[in-house]
Amino acid sequence: MNSAIVLIVDDEIPFIQALSKRLKKREFSITEAFSGSDALRILNERQDIEVVLLDVKMPGIDGIETLQTIKQKYPLVEVIMLTGHGTIETAIEGMKLGAFDYLLKPCEIEILVSKVNEASARKRMHEKKIIEARINRITKKRV
Amino acid sequence: MKESKTSYTRYQALNRNILFIIIFMSIAPMIFVSITIFYHFHSSYKEKVNAHLGELVLKHKQRIDLFLEEKLDAVTFLLHSSKPEKLLQEAALEEKLAILNGLSPAFVDLGIVNESGLQVAYAGPFRLAKVQYNDAFWLEKALANDYYVSDVFLGLRGHPHFIITTKFTWDSRSWILRATIDFNAFNTLVENLRIGETGFAFILNREGLFQTKPPVEINKEQIPNFWDRNNNRTDILNIENTQPNGDTFIYVASFLKNDDWVLVYRQTTRDAYSDLTRAQHLAIMIIIFAGIIIITLTLIFSRRIVTRIKKTDTEKEFMNLQVIESGKLASIGELAAGIAHEINNPVAIMVEEAGWIGDLLEEDELKSSSNLDEFKRSLEQIHTQGRRCKDITHKLLSFARKTDPSVDDLDVNALIEEVVALSAQMARHSHINIVTELQHDLPPISVSSSEMQQVLMNLINNALNAMEENGGTIKIISKLSKLEKGHIVIVVEDDGHGIPESVIPRIFDPFFTTKPVGKGTGLGLSICYGIINKIGGKIDVSSVVDVGTRFRVWLPYHITDHYRDTKPADQETGEADKTN
Repeated sequence: MNSAIVLIVDDEIPFIQALSKRLKKREFSITEAFSGSDALRILNERQDIEVVLLDVKMPGIDGIETLQTIKQKYPLVEVIMLTGHGTIETAIEGMKLGAFDYLLKPCEIEILVSKVNEASARKRMHEKKIIEARINRITKKRV
Repeated sequence: MKESKTSYTRYQALNRNILFIIIFMSIAPMIFVSITIFYHFHSSYKEKVNAHLGELVLKHKQRIDLFLEEKLDAVTFLLHSSKPEKLLQEAALEEKLAILNGLSPAFVDLGIVNESGLQVAYAGPFRLAKVQYNDAFWLEKALANDYYVSDVFLGLRGHPHFIITTKFTWDSRSWILRATIDFNAFNTLVENLRIGETGFAFILNREGLFQTKPPVEINKEQIPNFWDRNNNRTDILNIENTQPNGDTFIYVASFLKNDDWVLVYRQTTRDAYSDLTRAQHLAIMIIIFAGIIIITLTLIFSRRIVTRIKKTDTEKEFMNLQVIESGKLASIGELAAGIAHEINNPVAIMVEEAGWIGDLLEEDELKSSSNLDEFKRSLEQIHTQGRRCKDITHKLLSFARKTDPSVDDLDVNALIEEVVALSAQMARHSHINIVTELQHDLPPISVSSSEMQQVLMNLINNALNAMEENGGTIKIISKLSKLEKGHIVIVVEDDGHGIPESVIPRIFDPFFTTKPVGKGTGLGLSICYGIINKIGGKIDVSSVVDVGTRFRVWLPYHITDHYRDTKPADQETGEADKTN
């Protein structure tokens, strides 16, 4: 399985930098965004993003709003919420809005890697199913 | 101090106002009603006394009139029943006197006086035969009228007496039959009219001369002129007269003998109205007594009201402070949350950076480094401390999150552990060890976790304060209560300096603190008490100075379905609440 293409969104630049280096070392393709609007712009430009690691508490458009927009515009992109304990309710709300999962910061890299992998696997599975459904529809039309 | 003095003055003023209003409201109507009643009673009593005296005087006047008429009738009868020439004989006159004396002993003597005033015949005890009366004041009036009753005079005999005369004609000349009436007999009629100590009667003629002998000396100047005052010609005259020396007399008068005489009854008002004065004194005594009772009751009542107001004010103030205190706690919670969140991000970065170094250490070129093990140990330490920071910030955040007082099913043990974890740092700093003995599977309690957290924090903080100098051990026990069925008991005991016995009864009082000014609000334990009381629990304290203090908190629990299913078998055999 190819490594997932991940977009990390957080206003803490050093955090993104450290995390992206570690994930890159684990063969993930990483793109960084430092705000919600940044993330939405990147998603608009690049269709290949599979998983978004989204911080809940950010200035400007916060995590929840960003999540809502992502799920509305790009329903197949999986979002993992990153949160401190204080905003755990927000993270749960995020789950209700369609986030794949949430992780408490700081988190163990192994757990993060496994969650990202699960998320990208689900995204790929969804895409695969959609493609299959389309092929089936086309095939049925021809028959 | 200044504030307490102001509030003391304020309550004193309130007390004074209440006192004044109640006393005024109760005493003013009482006095008004009393005065009105007394005024009416006074006038009607006076009226009654006057009417009674009037009646008495009228009766006596009638008796005197009757006496005079009787005597006159007797004399007239005597005259008409005898031949005139016979009356001139003294023996016959003696006989007539004896007859008259038989009718009434008041007759003293009888005499026949001719036109020139010579007493031609006389029968009686005095030597008055052939006495010349031509200078007597009565002769003219006796000759001018058919009948005449004289004023009292001494006359030739030198004894007070008065005479009744009847004129008759014989031998073409006018003659007078003169009968003397004993003064004493007449005087007795008036003397009988005596009431009280100062009430007596006497008779006056138009000249103001006494016709009877008053029992006491009377200055004639003091006596009002009744003839001048009787314009309406009434039967009875009532006069109240005040003397220059301040004595007030009642005069009740009635006219006699064709208004020539007046029968006067005189009594001092003090004597006449003595019953009224007694009633007045009694009424005043009752009013004073009632006044004292009213004032005493008002004093007690107003003091009670003010005490109650004071208590309500204190409670209100306490509530306000409690609200402020909760607000403070909530803001501390928010602050803690903010700090925790802010610290959490740098910690996350540090952990990630450490992780990155760890990743780099996996590379071959670094693996050969002689310090590899030391790097790894150091990184592990950063990881461990990072996790510790994370734990701390998460606990702080969880504390902050629970500031809402919404009631929820609460696991007591989890709460104790949470609070202990928060206090652990401070405890370590003061060399205090916190030990917990928590009974597993305790049923949940319905209580606001933030309030319960406040209770436990307060108890633990008090214990920490008691031991901050010398260190020691705080023991926290949770278990099912044996003493109070349906309750969980939490025991917080320390081996600190203890609480003096004299202080123990007051420790739950609001604003009571043994801490220096500014260090404690004196609200901690009273807030605990309030919270525990509110949920139907109770709290008690026992302490021995220099040995330690133990707080016990009983909290009612409710059995949930889950708890019933998993209830441990040995629960009922748990030890009693008392711990050593």
